[in-house]
Amino acid sequence: MSPSHFVALAVILFVIGAVGVLVRRNALVIFMCVELMLNAVNLAFVAFARLHANLDGQVIAFFVMVVAAAEVVVGLAIIMAMFRARRSASVDDANLLKY
Amino acid sequence: MTAGHLLAAGQTTSTGASVAFWLLAVISVAAGLGMVLARRAVYCAVLLAVVMLSLAILYAVAGAPFLAFVQIIVYTGAVLMLFLFVLMIVGVSARDSMRETIPGQRLAAGVAGIGLLVLLGLIVGHAAIGPAAPAGTGYGVNNVRGLATLIFTRYVFPFEVTAALLITAALGAMVLAHRERTRPKPTQRELAEQRVAGGRPSPLPGPGVYARHNAVDFPALLPDGSPSEVSVSPIIAAREHEMQAGPAAPLPPGGDAANGAASEPDSAGSEPEEVRP
Repeated sequence: MSPSHFVALAVILFVIGAVGVLVRRNALVIFMCVELMLNAVNLAFVAFARLHANLDGQVIAFFVMVVAAAEVVVGLAIIMAMFRARRSASVDDANLLKY
Repeated sequence: MTAGHLLAAGQTTSTGASVAFWLLAVISVAAGLGMVLARRAVYCAVLLAVVMLSLAILYAVAGAPFLAFVQIIVYTGAVLMLFLFVLMIVGVSARDSMRETIPGQRLAAGVAGIGLLVLLGLIVGHAAIGPAAPAGTGYGVNNVRGLATLIFTRYVFPFEVTAALLITAALGAMVLAHRERTRPKPTQRELAEQRVAGGRPSPLPGPGVYARHNAVDFPALLPDGSPSEVSVSPIIAAREHEMQAGPAAPLPPGGDAANGAASEPDSAGSEPEEVRP
Protein backbone atom coordinates (compact mmCIF):
# COMPACT_ATOMS: atom_id res chain seq x y z
CA MET A 1 0.00 0.00 0.00
CA SER A 2 2.19 2.78 -1.31
CA PRO A 3 1.31 6.50 -1.46
CA SER A 4 0.15 5.97 -5.04
CA HIS A 5 -2.91 4.15 -3.70
CA PHE A 6 -3.76 7.14 -1.57
CA VAL A 7 -3.35 9.45 -4.54
CA ALA A 8 -5.59 7.21 -6.66
CA LEU A 9 -8.27 7.32 -3.96
CA ALA A 10 -7.90 11.10 -3.81
CA VAL A 11 -8.38 11.30 -7.59
CA ILE A 12 -11.54 9.22 -7.44
CA LEU A 13 -13.02 11.27 -4.60
CA PHE A 14 -12.13 14.51 -6.38
CA VAL A 15 -13.87 13.37 -9.55
CA ILE A 16 -16.95 12.30 -7.58
CA GLY A 17 -17.07 15.74 -6.00
CA ALA A 18 -16.63 17.48 -9.33
CA VAL A 19 -19.43 15.49 -10.94
CA GLY A 20 -21.62 16.28 -7.94
CA VAL A 21 -21.00 19.99 -8.38
CA LEU A 22 -22.00 19.71 -12.02
CA VAL A 23 -25.06 17.54 -11.52
CA ARG A 24 -26.78 18.70 -8.32
CA ARG A 25 -28.86 21.84 -8.11
CA ASN A 26 -29.38 22.26 -4.39
CA ALA A 27 -26.84 24.89 -3.34
CA LEU A 28 -26.16 23.08 -0.06
CA VAL A 29 -25.42 19.78 -1.78
CA ILE A 30 -23.15 21.54 -4.27
CA PHE A 31 -21.33 23.01 -1.32
CA MET A 32 -20.96 19.57 0.24
CA CYS A 33 -19.47 18.31 -3.02
CA VAL A 34 -16.95 21.18 -2.92
CA GLU A 35 -16.04 20.03 0.58
CA LEU A 36 -15.52 16.53 -0.75
CA MET A 37 -13.12 17.89 -3.37
CA LEU A 38 -11.20 19.80 -0.70
CA ASN A 39 -10.95 16.64 1.37
CA ALA A 40 -9.66 14.68 -1.60
CA VAL A 41 -6.93 17.25 -2.17
CA ASN A 42 -6.04 17.06 1.51
CA LEU A 43 -5.66 13.32 1.21
CA ALA A 44 -3.29 13.82 -1.72
CA PHE A 45 -1.27 16.29 0.34
CA VAL A 46 -0.98 13.84 3.20
CA ALA A 47 -0.02 11.03 0.82
CA PHE A 48 2.70 13.12 -0.81
CA ALA A 49 3.97 14.20 2.61
CA ARG A 50 4.26 10.51 3.46
CA LEU A 51 5.99 9.85 0.14
CA HIS A 52 8.72 12.35 0.85
CA ALA A 53 8.66 11.67 4.58
CA ASN A 54 8.53 15.30 5.57
CA LEU A 55 5.80 17.27 7.24
CA ASP A 56 5.31 20.23 4.90
CA GLY A 57 2.46 18.50 3.11
CA GLN A 58 0.68 17.96 6.40
CA VAL A 59 1.08 21.64 7.28
CA ILE A 60 -0.42 22.61 3.92
CA ALA A 61 -3.33 20.22 4.51
CA PHE A 62 -3.83 21.87 7.89
CA PHE A 63 -4.00 25.29 6.26
CA VAL A 64 -6.43 23.95 3.68
CA MET A 65 -8.67 22.84 6.54
CA VAL A 66 -8.54 26.31 8.10
CA VAL A 67 -9.41 27.97 4.80
CA ALA A 68 -12.19 25.45 4.22
CA ALA A 69 -13.70 26.22 7.61
CA ALA A 70 -13.70 29.96 6.84
CA GLU A 71 -15.12 29.29 3.40
CA VAL A 72 -17.93 27.15 4.78
CA VAL A 73 -18.95 29.87 7.22
CA VAL A 74 -19.22 32.54 4.53
CA GLY A 75 -20.73 30.21 1.95
CA LEU A 76 -23.46 28.99 4.27
CA ALA A 77 -24.25 32.57 5.24
CA ILE A 78 -24.61 33.40 1.54
CA ILE A 79 -26.90 30.40 1.04
CA MET A 80 -29.03 31.53 3.97
CA ALA A 81 -29.26 35.05 2.57
CA MET A 82 -30.22 33.56 -0.77
CA PHE A 83 -32.83 31.38 0.88
CA ARG A 84 -34.30 34.39 2.67
CA ALA A 85 -34.56 36.33 -0.55
CA ARG A 86 -35.83 33.55 -2.83
CA ARG A 87 -37.39 31.00 -0.42
CA SER A 88 -35.40 28.31 -2.17
CA ALA A 89 -31.93 26.81 -2.03
CA SER A 90 -31.90 25.77 -5.66
CA VAL A 91 -29.23 27.35 -7.79
CA ASP A 92 -31.69 27.56 -10.67
CA ASP A 93 -33.76 30.13 -8.80
CA ALA A 94 -30.88 32.44 -7.99
CA ASN A 95 -30.67 34.98 -10.74
CA LEU A 96 -29.93 38.04 -8.66
CA LEU A 97 -27.80 38.16 -5.56
CA LYS A 98 -29.20 40.57 -3.08
CA TYR A 99 -30.82 40.35 0.28
CA MET B 1 -5.22 5.04 16.13
CA THR B 2 -3.80 1.54 16.24
CA ALA B 3 -3.20 1.68 12.53
CA GLY B 4 -1.25 4.91 12.96
CA HIS B 5 0.91 3.35 15.62
CA LEU B 6 1.38 0.31 13.46
CA LEU B 7 2.63 2.47 10.66
CA ALA B 8 4.82 4.47 12.99
CA ALA B 9 6.41 1.30 14.28
CA GLY B 10 6.89 -0.73 11.14
CA GLN B 11 6.68 1.99 8.57
CA THR B 12 6.14 0.53 5.08
CA THR B 13 3.45 -2.04 4.43
CA SER B 14 1.90 -3.68 7.42
CA THR B 15 -1.14 -5.80 6.71
CA GLY B 16 -3.26 -3.91 9.23
CA ALA B 17 -2.63 -0.66 7.39
CA SER B 18 -3.46 -2.10 4.00
CA VAL B 19 -6.62 -3.77 5.27
CA ALA B 20 -7.68 -0.45 6.79
CA PHE B 21 -6.87 1.33 3.54
CA TRP B 22 -8.85 -0.95 1.26
CA LEU B 23 -11.81 -1.09 3.62
CA LEU B 24 -11.93 2.68 4.03
CA ALA B 25 -11.31 3.31 0.35
CA VAL B 26 -14.36 1.25 -0.58
CA ILE B 27 -16.46 2.85 2.14
CA SER B 28 -15.49 6.40 1.24
CA VAL B 29 -15.98 5.96 -2.50
CA ALA B 30 -19.37 4.31 -1.93
CA ALA B 31 -20.42 7.07 0.44
CA GLY B 32 -19.21 9.71 -2.00
CA LEU B 33 -21.22 8.17 -4.82
CA GLY B 34 -24.23 7.94 -2.56
CA MET B 35 -23.81 11.60 -1.69
CA VAL B 36 -24.00 12.57 -5.34
CA LEU B 37 -26.97 10.31 -5.97
CA ALA B 38 -29.07 10.76 -2.82
CA ARG B 39 -32.06 12.98 -3.35
CA ARG B 40 -32.50 14.31 0.17
CA ALA B 41 -29.96 16.83 1.37
CA VAL B 42 -29.84 15.28 4.86
CA TYR B 43 -28.75 11.94 3.43
CA CYS B 44 -26.04 13.80 1.55
CA ALA B 45 -24.83 15.39 4.79
CA VAL B 46 -24.73 12.07 6.64
CA LEU B 47 -22.89 10.37 3.78
CA LEU B 48 -20.43 13.25 3.70
CA ALA B 49 -19.83 12.61 7.40
CA VAL B 50 -19.03 8.99 6.56
CA VAL B 51 -16.52 10.11 3.92
CA MET B 52 -14.89 12.56 6.30
CA LEU B 53 -14.60 10.05 9.13
CA SER B 54 -13.04 7.43 6.89
CA LEU B 55 -10.64 10.04 5.54
CA ALA B 56 -9.69 10.86 9.13
CA ILE B 57 -8.75 7.23 9.74
CA LEU B 58 -6.84 7.21 6.45
CA TYR B 59 -4.84 10.20 7.64
CA ALA B 60 -3.93 8.25 10.74
CA VAL B 61 -2.90 5.32 8.55
CA ALA B 62 -0.75 7.62 6.43
CA GLY B 63 1.12 8.86 9.46
CA ALA B 64 -0.77 12.06 10.23
CA PRO B 65 -2.49 11.50 13.59
CA PHE B 66 -2.75 15.23 14.29
CA LEU B 67 -4.55 15.85 11.01
CA ALA B 68 -6.81 12.89 11.75
CA PHE B 69 -7.99 14.54 14.94
CA VAL B 70 -8.29 17.94 13.31
CA GLN B 71 -10.34 16.34 10.56
CA ILE B 72 -12.74 14.81 13.07
CA ILE B 73 -13.01 17.91 15.24
CA VAL B 74 -13.12 20.61 12.56
CA TYR B 75 -14.81 18.84 9.68
CA THR B 76 -17.10 16.28 11.21
CA GLY B 77 -17.65 18.26 14.37
CA ALA B 78 -17.93 21.86 13.27
CA VAL B 79 -18.35 22.13 9.51
CA LEU B 80 -20.84 19.32 9.15
CA MET B 81 -22.88 20.49 12.13
CA LEU B 82 -23.01 23.92 10.50
CA PHE B 83 -24.25 22.25 7.33
CA LEU B 84 -26.95 20.43 9.28
CA PHE B 85 -28.04 23.62 11.08
CA VAL B 86 -28.43 25.44 7.78
CA LEU B 87 -30.24 22.43 6.34
CA MET B 88 -32.73 22.59 9.19
CA ILE B 89 -33.26 26.29 8.57
CA VAL B 90 -33.58 25.95 4.82
CA GLY B 91 -35.94 23.02 5.17
CA VAL B 92 -35.17 19.33 5.38
CA SER B 93 -38.09 18.10 3.39
CA ALA B 94 -37.09 20.03 0.28
CA ARG B 95 -36.15 17.35 -2.21
CA ASP B 96 -33.88 18.08 -5.06
CA SER B 97 -36.03 17.96 -8.14
CA MET B 98 -34.63 15.52 -10.64
CA ARG B 99 -35.99 17.37 -13.65
CA GLU B 100 -33.21 18.52 -15.92
CA THR B 101 -33.44 22.23 -16.63
CA ILE B 102 -30.62 22.15 -19.16
CA PRO B 103 -31.18 19.25 -21.57
CA GLY B 104 -28.36 16.76 -21.57
CA GLN B 105 -26.69 18.35 -18.58
CA ARG B 106 -26.36 15.14 -16.62
CA LEU B 107 -24.92 13.26 -19.56
CA ALA B 108 -22.43 16.04 -20.24
CA ALA B 109 -21.48 16.09 -16.56
CA GLY B 110 -20.90 12.35 -16.62
CA VAL B 111 -18.73 12.63 -19.73
CA ALA B 112 -16.79 15.49 -18.16
CA GLY B 113 -16.34 13.44 -14.99
CA ILE B 114 -15.01 10.44 -16.91
CA GLY B 115 -12.72 12.74 -18.88
CA LEU B 116 -11.40 14.29 -15.66
CA LEU B 117 -10.91 10.85 -14.16
CA VAL B 118 -8.95 9.67 -17.22
CA LEU B 119 -6.87 12.85 -17.27
CA LEU B 120 -5.99 12.72 -13.57
CA GLY B 121 -5.42 8.98 -13.76
CA LEU B 122 -2.97 9.42 -16.61
CA ILE B 123 -1.18 12.18 -14.74
CA VAL B 124 -0.89 10.11 -11.58
CA GLY B 125 0.06 7.04 -13.60
CA HIS B 126 2.83 8.89 -15.38
CA ALA B 127 4.13 10.44 -12.20
CA ALA B 128 5.83 7.19 -11.15
CA ILE B 129 5.09 7.55 -7.46
CA GLY B 130 7.51 5.20 -5.80
CA PRO B 131 7.35 3.58 -2.41
CA ALA B 132 7.30 5.84 0.61
CA ALA B 133 10.59 7.08 1.94
CA PRO B 134 11.51 5.77 5.39
CA ALA B 135 9.51 7.73 7.92
CA GLY B 136 11.39 10.82 9.06
CA THR B 137 11.54 12.43 12.44
CA GLY B 138 8.09 13.97 12.17
CA TYR B 139 6.25 10.66 11.96
CA GLY B 140 5.02 8.53 14.78
CA VAL B 141 4.98 9.95 18.28
CA ASN B 142 6.72 13.18 17.24
CA ASN B 143 4.06 14.18 14.71
CA VAL B 144 2.48 16.95 16.76
CA ARG B 145 5.84 18.31 17.84
CA GLY B 146 7.12 18.32 14.28
CA LEU B 147 4.03 20.08 12.97
CA ALA B 148 4.22 22.68 15.73
CA THR B 149 7.85 23.34 14.93
CA LEU B 150 7.03 23.87 11.26
CA ILE B 151 3.97 26.04 11.89
CA PHE B 152 5.76 28.33 14.31
CA THR B 153 8.99 28.63 12.32
CA ARG B 154 8.79 28.28 8.57
CA TYR B 155 5.04 28.80 8.23
CA VAL B 156 4.60 31.42 10.92
CA PHE B 157 3.57 34.16 8.49
CA PRO B 158 0.80 32.10 6.80
CA PHE B 159 -0.28 31.09 10.28
CA GLU B 160 -0.65 34.75 11.30
CA VAL B 161 -2.53 35.54 8.09
CA THR B 162 -4.91 32.73 8.99
CA ALA B 163 -6.03 34.75 11.99
CA ALA B 164 -7.03 37.64 9.74
CA LEU B 165 -8.84 35.21 7.46
CA LEU B 166 -10.84 33.71 10.31
CA ILE B 167 -11.82 37.13 11.66
CA THR B 168 -12.87 38.23 8.19
CA ALA B 169 -14.94 35.10 7.74
CA ALA B 170 -16.67 35.52 11.09
CA LEU B 171 -17.45 39.17 10.34
CA GLY B 172 -18.67 38.29 6.85
CA ALA B 173 -20.98 35.62 8.18
CA MET B 174 -22.38 38.02 10.77
CA VAL B 175 -23.02 40.69 8.15
CA LEU B 176 -24.61 38.24 5.73
CA ALA B 177 -26.80 36.55 8.31
CA HIS B 178 -27.86 39.79 9.95
CA ARG B 179 -31.38 40.95 9.27
CA GLU B 180 -32.30 44.57 9.80
CA ARG B 181 -35.33 45.06 12.05
CA THR B 182 -37.79 47.04 9.97
CA ARG B 183 -40.36 47.67 12.68
CA PRO B 184 -39.83 48.21 16.39
CA LYS B 185 -39.90 45.14 18.59
CA PRO B 186 -43.40 44.68 20.07
CA THR B 187 -43.56 45.14 23.81
CA GLN B 188 -45.17 42.61 26.11
CA ARG B 189 -48.16 44.91 26.58
CA GLU B 190 -48.71 45.16 22.84
CA LEU B 191 -48.45 41.41 22.49
CA ALA B 192 -51.05 40.89 25.22
CA GLU B 193 -53.43 43.43 23.69
CA GLN B 194 -53.01 41.83 20.30
CA ARG B 195 -53.83 38.48 21.78
CA VAL B 196 -57.00 39.64 23.51
CA ALA B 197 -58.10 41.57 20.44
CA GLY B 198 -57.55 38.50 18.29
CA GLY B 199 -60.11 35.72 18.17
CA ARG B 200 -58.49 33.34 20.65
CA PRO B 201 -57.03 34.61 23.90
CA SER B 202 -56.48 31.09 25.22
CA PRO B 203 -53.72 28.76 24.07
CA LEU B 204 -54.46 26.40 21.20
CA PRO B 205 -55.82 22.98 22.14
CA GLY B 206 -53.30 20.21 22.43
CA PRO B 207 -53.30 17.41 19.89
CA GLY B 208 -54.97 14.13 20.66
CA VAL B 209 -57.25 15.36 23.46
CA TYR B 210 -60.19 12.97 23.85
CA ALA B 211 -59.26 11.32 20.58
CA ARG B 212 -58.29 7.70 20.20
CA HIS B 213 -54.54 8.36 20.50
CA ASN B 214 -52.62 11.22 22.02
CA ALA B 215 -50.01 11.37 19.28
CA VAL B 216 -48.91 14.82 18.07
CA ASP B 217 -50.34 14.24 14.62
CA PHE B 218 -53.77 13.33 15.95
CA PRO B 219 -56.29 16.17 16.09
CA ALA B 220 -58.16 16.78 19.33
CA LEU B 221 -61.90 16.18 19.42
CA LEU B 222 -64.27 19.04 20.09
CA PRO B 223 -67.33 18.48 22.35
CA ASP B 224 -69.47 17.70 19.33
CA GLY B 225 -67.01 15.03 18.22
CA SER B 226 -65.58 16.89 15.26
CA PRO B 227 -61.80 17.06 15.00
CA SER B 228 -60.19 20.38 15.83
CA GLU B 229 -57.82 21.29 13.04
CA VAL B 230 -55.95 23.94 15.01
CA SER B 231 -54.75 21.36 17.51
CA VAL B 232 -52.23 19.87 15.09
CA SER B 233 -49.13 21.89 14.29
CA PRO B 234 -49.27 23.10 10.68
CA ILE B 235 -45.80 21.69 10.05
CA ILE B 236 -46.93 18.19 11.01
CA ALA B 237 -50.13 18.56 9.03
CA ALA B 238 -48.14 19.53 5.96
CA ARG B 239 -45.85 16.56 6.44
CA GLU B 240 -48.83 14.21 6.80
CA HIS B 241 -50.05 15.43 3.45
CA GLU B 242 -46.67 14.80 1.95
CA MET B 243 -46.42 11.31 3.43
CA GLN B 244 -49.83 10.25 2.21
CA ALA B 245 -50.15 9.08 -1.35
CA GLY B 246 -49.18 12.15 -3.29
CA PRO B 247 -51.79 13.20 -5.84
CA ALA B 248 -54.82 12.33 -3.67
CA ALA B 249 -57.19 15.10 -2.65
CA PRO B 250 -55.83 17.12 0.29
CA LEU B 251 -57.21 15.81 3.53
CA PRO B 252 -57.78 17.81 6.69
CA PRO B 253 -54.88 17.74 9.16
CA GLY B 254 -54.57 14.29 10.55
CA GLY B 255 -56.06 12.87 7.39
CA ASP B 256 -57.98 9.64 7.51
CA ALA B 257 -57.04 9.17 11.13
CA ALA B 258 -59.36 12.02 12.00
CA ASN B 259 -62.24 10.44 10.13
CA GLY B 260 -61.70 7.18 11.95
CA ALA B 261 -61.71 8.87 15.31
CA ALA B 262 -64.77 10.92 14.54
CA SER B 263 -66.96 7.83 14.70
CA GLU B 264 -66.47 7.20 18.39
CA PRO B 265 -67.00 10.48 20.15
CA ASP B 266 -70.11 9.14 21.90
CA SER B 267 -68.06 7.02 24.23
CA ALA B 268 -66.00 10.01 25.27
CA GLY B 269 -68.92 12.38 25.01
CA SER B 270 -69.98 12.52 28.63
CA GLU B 271 -67.09 14.15 30.43
CA PRO B 272 -65.52 16.39 27.79
CA GLU B 273 -68.45 18.75 27.79
CA GLU B 274 -67.74 20.26 31.18
CA VAL B 275 -64.02 20.60 30.57
CA ARG B 276 -64.20 22.12 27.13
CA PRO B 277 -65.57 25.62 26.93
